[in-house]
Amino acid sequence: MTLLRIKNLSLSIHGAPILKHVDLSIDHGQIVAVTGESGSGKSMTALAVMQLLPNGAEVDGSIQLDGAGLLTRSEAQMCALRGASIGMVFQEPMTALNPVKTVGDQVMETILIHKAMPPAQARTRAQEVLARVGLPADRFPLSRYPHELSGGQRQRVVIAMAIALRPKLLIADEPTTALDVTTQAQILDLLEGLVREYDMGLLMITHDLAVVADMADQIIVMRHGEVVENGATNDLLHNMQHPYTRMLFEASDHQVTLPEPPEPLPLLEVNQVVREYRLPRTGMFVRPRHHRAVEGVSFTLNRGERLGLVGESGCGKSTLTRAILGLEEVQSGQIRLDGQPVFTGHKPNLAVRRKMQVVFQDPFGSFNPRHRVARLITEPFHLLDTPPTGSDRQDRIAEMLKAVGLSPDDAGKYIHEFSGGQRQRIAIARALIIRPELILFDEAVSALDVSVRAQILDLLAELCEAYDLTYLFISHDLSVVRTVTDRVLVMQSGRIVEQGATDQVFTTPNHPYTQTLIAAAPRLPEFGKIPA
Amino acid sequence: MLRYALKRLISLLISLAVASVVIFAVIEVAPGDPASFMLGVNAQEDTLAALRAELGLDGSKMQRYLNWVGGMLVGDFGTSYTYRTPVSQMIADRLWVSLPLALYALTLSTVIAFPAGIYAAARRGKPGDLVVMGSTQLGIAVPNFWFAMMLVLIFAINLRWFNAGGFVGWSNGMWAGLHSLTLPAIALALPQAAILARVMRSALLDILGEDFMRTARAKGLSRRQALWRHGVRNALIPVLTIIGLQFSFLLAGSIIIEQVFYLPGLGRLVFQAISARDLIVVESVVMLLVFAVITVNFLVDLAYAAVDPRLRSRT
Repeated sequence: MTLLRIKNLSLSIHGAPILKHVDLSIDHGQIVAVTGESGSGKSMTALAVMQLLPNGAEVDGSIQLDGAGLLTRSEAQMCALRGASIGMVFQEPMTALNPVKTVGDQVMETILIHKAMPPAQARTRAQEVLARVGLPADRFPLSRYPHELSGGQRQRVVIAMAIALRPKLLIADEPTTALDVTTQAQILDLLEGLVREYDMGLLMITHDLAVVADMADQIIVMRHGEVVENGATNDLLHNMQHPYTRMLFEASDHQVTLPEPPEPLPLLEVNQVVREYRLPRTGMFVRPRHHRAVEGVSFTLNRGERLGLVGESGCGKSTLTRAILGLEEVQSGQIRLDGQPVFTGHKPNLAVRRKMQVVFQDPFGSFNPRHRVARLITEPFHLLDTPPTGSDRQDRIAEMLKAVGLSPDDAGKYIHEFSGGQRQRIAIARALIIRPELILFDEAVSALDVSVRAQILDLLAELCEAYDLTYLFISHDLSVVRTVTDRVLVMQSGRIVEQGATDQVFTTPNHPYTQTLIAAAPRLPEFGKIPA
Repeated sequence: MLRYALKRLISLLISLAVASVVIFAVIEVAPGDPASFMLGVNAQEDTLAALRAELGLDGSKMQRYLNWVGGMLVGDFGTSYTYRTPVSQMIADRLWVSLPLALYALTLSTVIAFPAGIYAAARRGKPGDLVVMGSTQLGIAVPNFWFAMMLVLIFAINLRWFNAGGFVGWSNGMWAGLHSLTLPAIALALPQAAILARVMRSALLDILGEDFMRTARAKGLSRRQALWRHGVRNALIPVLTIIGLQFSFLLAGSIIIEQVFYLPGLGRLVFQAISARDLIVVESVVMLLVFAVITVNFLVDLAYAAVDPRLRSRT
């Protein structure tokens, strides 16, 4: 018997149509992936099953769990069902847990709220499920608070809460999007194992086909609230019918062609850099210890070269980025751009600062919402001694907006009028406007949908052609680094463990850590490649 | 946790030391010699000198500062210039009115604000929320002395449930004392409750939008259960801040209400002392208030740590 059957589901919020006639079904022990871009309605489909839709939602059609309709149930009946028969895991593990309660209490709450067991037994069960998801009580006691755990560990806690009562159906909404590749692989493994072990149905929502390609039994592709394609994973990937599916597939592993780099001529020289942080004192008279976030890193970035920097969160790549930008002073070693140090004395060297710009990850948080685009992208002008004024300034703004694929008219708009991808274009325009010698891309495409990501990568390739960019591309996403860089550095616990030409490092990785990273990265099966 | 408390305690002591220096310095530069003010313009030079010696106004600034601070540490605040009685006794008498009044008002304000704020947040945009928000708007806009007069008019003059003013003293029993502080406490509490309720509501609404509230709902908690189990404690941090500020205000800022109800509180003492240029009283009361404010902040800091485990581990 089918576990979950969604038939002809339509949804509108305050009159705006969100879902149109969605059909979907999941059997016991089956993994069904729903994929599509942001706004395609995949998360809303999940929330409709949970009946946790935002205010003003109107639902039509039917959702049946084990043959019983969900849409006709009262709120109290749904509360009895949520957590017990349907569990749900969310995208952002950093915020999905209550910061003021212990993880043990939060896992036990799922059990106690449904009065499934007396407290003592619930405690034992909480320990069991936490151990099952990889957090054994001897190393991770129930009394831990969420802030004492890493992102991957928190996601395990969220999964433990969702499966504590062995639900028949588990819904996972982008469960690994916020995680590192190796952690992602572990969490996917865990989910798959749980499905097999408990004979659960798993509804997995993701924007990246590669994540689910070798795990899902069935894939459903959604666009604008409609299911455009639906089929068993193998069939669907072998034989993609809808152009949108093909577009998603192509975008997931998008390749760009970069112009040949010029003759090597050093631009950025990083020599034996050490960056330490002081740890809190452990006792009144004990000297505070230090944590070395960056430990003796050396590399050279040549003019016109596109260098990648990969590694997991906490490996020191962001610290290194801040040191290169002159935002923080290093404890030893030198960073020189064009032969000049980025730090003179204890102050950042302005002459060097104006030759570098940065593009950050978050397209939503990295702009002042009260400024217009013209002002936002001309911000770096304050680094110049004689910033352009008048029509010269207007021309520069127009040129930059055109260069990143926007219209000069956009200069008068505010940032909320743009989508995530457009904002990232504006961030690139802001970095490019003073023609810096070096641009740092700090996870600049990690927050974007696969299709938007592909467009931004295309834009980067075009800009390399037009402006001879030199950049350092920092990312945990290996597939992206592979296509937009010439050379790559692999960083682990503050050290560079491997470096070399990108192709060579990816095809014949030497260091075991690089091998782990590459093995963990989700890949689309080769057979699906569209003939050129 | 212990280390966190110790750190806060050290910072409390430093703040107090700095405050005492600043207060002393400010009072020193204030124009007017208390001795000549007390004796009038025709006083003899040697009489003035004698009085200065008696008041402890001679000697170097450093010596006088040390005398003042040293005295306070053992409870000796000096002698009032105008009343010629120990300042510590004057302050103690007034504190027995002001401190209970402030605590009473703070308790009332919290008891009103918490349910009102939580109720409004749970029913955002619905009639119940609008009623609460409307009344808090009114509570903030209307000055507390107007409330005070209305309370006197209704409960003292018309209904005769309370006295219109004055304080019967604690010697007549605790209930009699509390009874005579009830109207002023209500008048003080209403505007504070209005502010606190709004803070509680907006803090809770912020929390309701958090991801972990959605997680809680996905576990099977009803809206109400999620609000109480996961919302309220997280919303307490900003609320505690406001409660701390309000207590300091209630302790020192109730002068108008003391005037309306004819209460012998700290506010009136300071007011009279300033008019009479009784600087030693001003100095001492200000120092006492600083002490109260800093102590309350210390307690609020401890309360933060009790609420939020992230603060406990960060030392």
